[in-house]
Formats: sequence, structure tokens, C-alpha cells
Amino acid sequence: MPLDASFVGRTWPAETYEVSLAKIREFAAAIGADDPVHHDREAARAAGHTDVVAPTTFPVVFTWPATRRVVDDPALGLDFTRVVHREQSIELSRPLYAGDVVTSVVVVEDIRDLAGNDVITFRCDVTDADGGDVLTTRAVLVGRAEPDA
Amino acid sequence: MSALSDAAAGDQLEPRTAMITRADLVAYAGASGDLNPIHWNERVAVDVGLPGVIAHGMLTMSLAARYVADLAGDPAAVVSFSTRFTRPVVVPDDDTGATVELGGKVTEIADDGARTVSITATHEGKGVLGKAVAVVRPR
Repeated sequence: MPLDASFVGRTWPAETYEVSLAKIREFAAAIGADDPVHHDREAARAAGHTDVVAPTTFPVVFTWPATRRVVDDPALGLDFTRVVHREQSIELSRPLYAGDVVTSVVVVEDIRDLAGNDVITFRCDVTDADGGDVLTTRAVLVGRAEPDA
Repeated sequence: MSALSDAAAGDQLEPRTAMITRADLVAYAGASGDLNPIHWNERVAVDVGLPGVIAHGMLTMSLAARYVADLAGDPAAVVSFSTRFTRPVVVPDDDTGATVELGGKVTEIADDGARTVSITATHEGKGVLGKAVAVVRPR
């Protein structure tokens, strides 16, 4: 069943996440990012940063769960077992640092039909404790139609 | 100066080969919190119609973003990265894993020196990331 286009523009309650040095190190190690600015506070400061820098794709650690909670909202009517991750983007307004306490707000930016499949764009706007823009992620998910639909 | 901050529009970036093993998938699952079993459980992956365990699209994207960060010489210079996930990377149950070939080309230089880089990522000769674009802005 096609998703209700009236969901476009709807937002879900904000979620807060505290970025830790340990999680940045773990994520950086998992993707082989060995630049010392991801691992060592002194190296990061020497490079002009306030703290250890998160790798470019680190924000999915908190934006994906925030998006997933929306995907799982029964009101949206999306079957996660039929969902494929089609596109992802990350745009940073400033580097994300260890110690940042960020707030994520997910909004359904677009819903369209592609050959009977639902294509949904979830935008996640992330701000810091002072309300400043940190980054925006977009995940485009495809809810595949039932085979016999 | 880094390879990227000197690059002119049209320049090809030095290619790199990235390896993804099953152990990498487990580490990424834990680090990212994406515990979807199709990325570590052969039985589940085959059951949903995949040829085998596949890498997280976000892991491939992360390796491509790291490649750009390394060429930029400054991870914080990578201010955006976007991609489409076009094909899965099947990761065999061996010690070698799957190979992803990464490449890039500078497509545009903005007035502020920001480089737009078009990235290619191929596995067994076929693209696994589509329309992958990074913007690198020197701090």
C-alpha cells in the first residue's frame, strides 16, 4: 500500500546524543581511519581543533537510530523487513567533536512512488547545545512493494 | 600541501584498494550499532535472497570518505559526502575478504578553494557506489 503523502513535512520528537572520545575512536578504528585527530586529543588540538574529530560518516551512529525509530512508527506504515537503503548524504556545517551534545530532529522530506515502491527521504537536522547547526543527514529508503501486490 | 589541495579540475586522484573482511563487518556493526544480521549471518542473508553476507553500505561509504579525507590530509576538510548504494559487496568467509577499488576525480573548484570530488567504488569490476560526491574545503 502506498505511503500517505501527508507525512511529508512531519517531524518526530528530538533526540539527544553525547559524542564521546571512546565512540569516535571505536568508529574510526572500525573504518581504518588512523589519522591521529580521530584518536588523540593532543594531536587534534595541535591541528587546530577543540577536541578529537569524528570521521565524516560518524553521525550515522546517532542519526540512523533516530531515523529508524521513525521508520518503525506504525503510523508511517513502512515494513522495515522490505526496506532497502538507497542513498545517504552527510553535510557538515562544522566538525563534530568529542564532548558535543547534539540534538537530532527527523523530518520526512519527501515521499514518492517509483514503479510501485515507496521512496522516502528522511532528513535529520543536528544542532549543538547552543542551538548552532552542526550537520544534516539524508537517508533515502525504498520500501519494496509486496511481490504479489 | 596535500594531494587534493593542489589538484586541478579534471585531475584523477591516486586510486586505492580497500579490503573488507567478515571481521571488519563485525567491528563496523558494533561501532555503528547497525546489527542487521545480513551483515554477519550467512543463513539470514541467503534466506532473504542475497548471495551471501554483504557489507553495510555505510561501511563502504565510510571507506570512501576516509579515502577522500586521507587525500585531503585533513579529515575535517571533508564537509559533505553523498552517495547512492547501487550494488551489494558480498564478503566471503575467508581471511582475504572482499576488495573495493576506490578512485576519484576533481570535478569542480569553487572560489573558496573547495574541491568537488566524484568518487568511484567498484567491487569485481562493478560500481557499488553511484553518484558518490564529496566536497573538500580547506580550513
